[in-house]
Parts: sequence; C-alpha cells; structure tokens
Amino acid sequence: MNILVYIEERHGRPSEDSLGLLSYVSSLDAAVSGVVCGFGVREAAEEALNYAPREVFAIDDARLHGRLPQPYVDAVAQLVREQQIDAVLFVASVLASNLAGALAARLEAGLNWDLSDIVLREGRLVGRKLVLGDTACVEVGWEGGREIALFRPGTFEPHSVVSKGQVVDYAASIEDHSTGVKVVERWEERAQGSPIESADVLVAVGRGVGDRATLADAEELARELHGALAVTMPIVDQGWYSHANQVGQTGKTVRPRLYLAFGISGAIQHRIGMERSGTIVAVNTDPHAPIFSFSDLGVVADLHVVLPKLRKLVRAERPNDS
Amino acid sequence: MKVVVCMKEVPAQAVPRRLDRNSYRLVRSVGSEINGADHDALEAALLIKDTGTECEIVVASVGPTTVVGSLQHALAMGADRAVVVSDEAVAGSDLIATSRVLSRLVARESPDLVLFGPQASDSSGSVLWAAVAERLGTPFVSNATRVKPVGGAVEATRQTEIGYEKVLVPQPCVISVSGAGQKPRYPSLKGMVAAKRKEVVVLSLADVGLSPTACGISGSMTRVLGMSPPPPRQKALMISDENTAAEQILAFLSSRRLL
Repeated sequence: MNILVYIEERHGRPSEDSLGLLSYVSSLDAAVSGVVCGFGVREAAEEALNYAPREVFAIDDARLHGRLPQPYVDAVAQLVREQQIDAVLFVASVLASNLAGALAARLEAGLNWDLSDIVLREGRLVGRKLVLGDTACVEVGWEGGREIALFRPGTFEPHSVVSKGQVVDYAASIEDHSTGVKVVERWEERAQGSPIESADVLVAVGRGVGDRATLADAEELARELHGALAVTMPIVDQGWYSHANQVGQTGKTVRPRLYLAFGISGAIQHRIGMERSGTIVAVNTDPHAPIFSFSDLGVVADLHVVLPKLRKLVRAERPNDS
Repeated sequence: MKVVVCMKEVPAQAVPRRLDRNSYRLVRSVGSEINGADHDALEAALLIKDTGTECEIVVASVGPTTVVGSLQHALAMGADRAVVVSDEAVAGSDLIATSRVLSRLVARESPDLVLFGPQASDSSGSVLWAAVAERLGTPFVSNATRVKPVGGAVEATRQTEIGYEKVLVPQPCVISVSGAGQKPRYPSLKGMVAAKRKEVVVLSLADVGLSPTACGISGSMTRVLGMSPPPPRQKALMISDENTAAEQILAFLSSRRLL
C-alpha cells in the first residue's frame, strides 16, 4: 500500500503534527511518502526526511504562496494519481481540512476525520475516532477507491531517525480557476501579556465572561498564578483580546500544567487546542457544557461570583507575591 | 444577488446523544433542530441584506422530512424561502454522498454566494463546504469572520492559525463563516408570522437528478465498522455549590500542588 502524508509547512518548517503523523505512519507495513506544498518549502521537505518516509515530494510553486486550498488540491490530486497513492493522510488544520475535503470530492474517495489512531488490517486502513464528546470510540473504514483521513491535532509525537529517503522535486500543473481567490492583506497580532504557548498556568475565558471588567479580573488572576491569559475565538472577534492569545482551531495549541477555564463551553474548535493540558478546571453555568466531559474539576456556577472570590483567595494564599 | 445558506438538521442538543448499537449511526429520533452554528451563516447573509444590497436568501438543506419544521426558525429570522432534498435513500450518507446531493441542490439555484456555518454539532469535520465547492467548480474560502459583496466578488476577512487575512473571492463562490461575527438575531413576532407563508420546496433525489444508489450507504465511501468504549478518562469531579466554589477550587489546586 502506498501512503502519502501531507506535511504542512509553517514559517519554513514542517509542523510538529505532520512530523508526528509521518513518524507514526512509517511504522505501518506500507510504502510511506510525504508531500510538502508551498513556495520556498524545499528546506521543510529536507527536514521531514528525518521522520522516516521513503521520499518527500516538494511541490514548490509561487502559485501556492497564498496558503489557499484550491491550487493545493490540483497539485496533490495530480501527485496522488501519478504516483498511484492509495491513501492520503493529514493532520487537521484550517488549510489541511479544506484540502482534504476538496480532494475527497475530486478523487471520489472516502474521507474519515478526527481520527486518533490508524492501523492496517488485511491491506486496508482502519481508523479509530472518539465521538459524542469522547464518550464512545468507533472504528471506521473505507470502501472502494482511495482512502483519505484527517487526524486530530496533537495525536502523535515526532521521532527523528537517520534519514534514508530523498527529496523529489515535483512540478504540478495548477488550473487557472483554482487561483481565483486573491489575498488583499494579511496581518498578525502580538500577544497581550505573556505568551500562552510557554505558560505553565493558563487562565482562559470564553463568551460567558460577558464584559471587559471580568476579563480584566481574569487577567489579574492569571498574573497572580504566574500564568498567562488565554481566550476563545468569540473574545478575539469582539476585539477584546489579541488573536495571539487565542486557543483552538484557528489559534494556538497549548499544553500547560493547569488550564483554568471560565465561561468556556468546550466546543470542538476550542477543545483541540487545549485538551492535552495537565489539569483542567472548568467553571460554567451550564451543567451540560461539553467542557465538563474532559475536565478534572467541573464547577457549575456563575464565574462572576467565583472568579473575584478565587482571586482574593489566591492573593491571600500568596501574600508575598506582588 | 442570490445567497444560498446551507443548513443541517441535527439531533436536539438538550438530549444526550447516543449511537445506535446496530447501525452505529446517531440516534435521531430524539427530536431535532437546525445546527446552531448554521445560524451564523444565515446571520452573515442577513447582514448583507441589511446593508441595502438587493439579495434573495435561500436556505438549502438535505435531511428527513422534519427539516421543514426545523427550518421555520431560519425563515422567521429572515430567509426568503427554503429548498430541501428529503429522501429516505439519503440516510447514512457520508461526506462524498452528502456533498453529491447538496451540490446538486445548490446548483439548481445558481447562487452568487453559498454560505456554510463553521461546523455541525453532530459531526465536526469542517470539510463539507470544500467538497461542495469542488463539485460546483467554484472558488471557496473557510473561516470567514466577515463577508461583504464588492462588485462581482465577495470580500472576506478570515482568521487562521497564522493570523488574519482579507481575501477577494470572485462570485459565484462558497464561503464558510466562522462563529462570532455577530450573534444570530432572534426572530421577531412579525418574522414568525411571515415564516408560515414562506415557500419550502421539498424535492426527491430524482428531482436533483440522482439515483438512490448515488447516496446513502451505497453512495458512500466510508463505513463505521464497530464501536467500543473510549479509553478510560477520569470523570470530572463536579461541584455545584456556588457559595463555596472558590474555596473548593483552591483546595483542589493545592491538593494537586498546582498553586
């Protein structure tokens, strides 16, 4: 079986998630290749070789500069057909999910998503995924045709080995109509306070926070715990906090020792960014909030009552801190 | 312009969800509603109309006949009419089969813009719009927080892991909106009354030119093979006494040496 692992390039490097997937899949009894697409991605392809693929295809093309999925679909579909690839595996991201969805339709291939494991059984892939808020586990397979899969981020750890493979430059033809979307402007935001990726303790707030004064309260608590403040997408979208502090699908993936969540329901987009935290404490008024299904301590209460009080208690506990 | 908003019926969120032991499909007999996040897409369409752009908003859905009732809320919010493919043969469709039906349904309307919500509460793939756009052969972008028609294009602001970007997408196109933007409006009393008179067209698979074998299990390329209990995860310790909650959190944190 020929498996192709899509390696996502970020700032000139392969993403940790892609390398983790590559490491894992290389342990299966299959011929594993990787593909890196983008503009100026050859170095990323070289680096990916250290994670055991037979070869890494580098599709380096100025038209892939925009990180918009459609030209990628053209390129990957062409590679899959020419190289007689049986399965294409991705780790979910904004770009990878779009690419996988469109590729499935292009190739009329089955797509299973949110997988957390995969095995080869009688020559075909069998995936495992957690469903219903991770209260059940299902095994999924593919019928006929090619097999496409998206994995949950943070599932596999990369393990480097001595590289035996090589980078293969691949020129893909890209359809004119695939480059219809034009990027007008692009910008990033700087983090407010300490960066959340390296914080040991994160105080996180979501839509339930309600007002800016409470947000400031949460910021204080984060400071008192020597941590940083993390936020969900609605908070960023309201202009209350920087995107650089956002956790989740279109934000950062974090793994602090303690994650204290206030007014966060725990929708999947947020969850995939924080579920690997050490200890998760959640405060939410809704007893059915999904976040309670993956918390260590669940508090059904109004954060506007709990947060100020907790701040006072933490300050009393650490009287010498400033 | 004509905007099609794709909406999906999901099992009611208030009822705990479970899988059928034999088919491994989600049990849908528990009452249903339109996926909450899809109303974000409708709101985005209504905002376009609010700015004075001449705009017809058509809701499109594929699902059981109960969809017609579930769509009343969308019509009351301000959608002009709805088109639905409801056919028993659709049940059990995966991404490949669903995108086949939905793209046929959308194509019938020849819209300038097709909007999707961020994801469905019963399945979190965030992949359907890409498959539909691929089948329609139109440009698409995901994760838009703002959409605004500009001439023959749509200007969309998107948020990705890397930051923000503003893109110009030529019409016709498919755009998935990502939460936030603006909270979906509540229907007015007038809207609720008007909704009852709005047109909901229910079509069969044959009406969109598909045979029953193109959908459902026979048209699908994926299977659920089995079900097992999830790997054990410690259940959360729950507290519900608001008055002592802060003290209990503190005690919990010190017991785990997290302070």
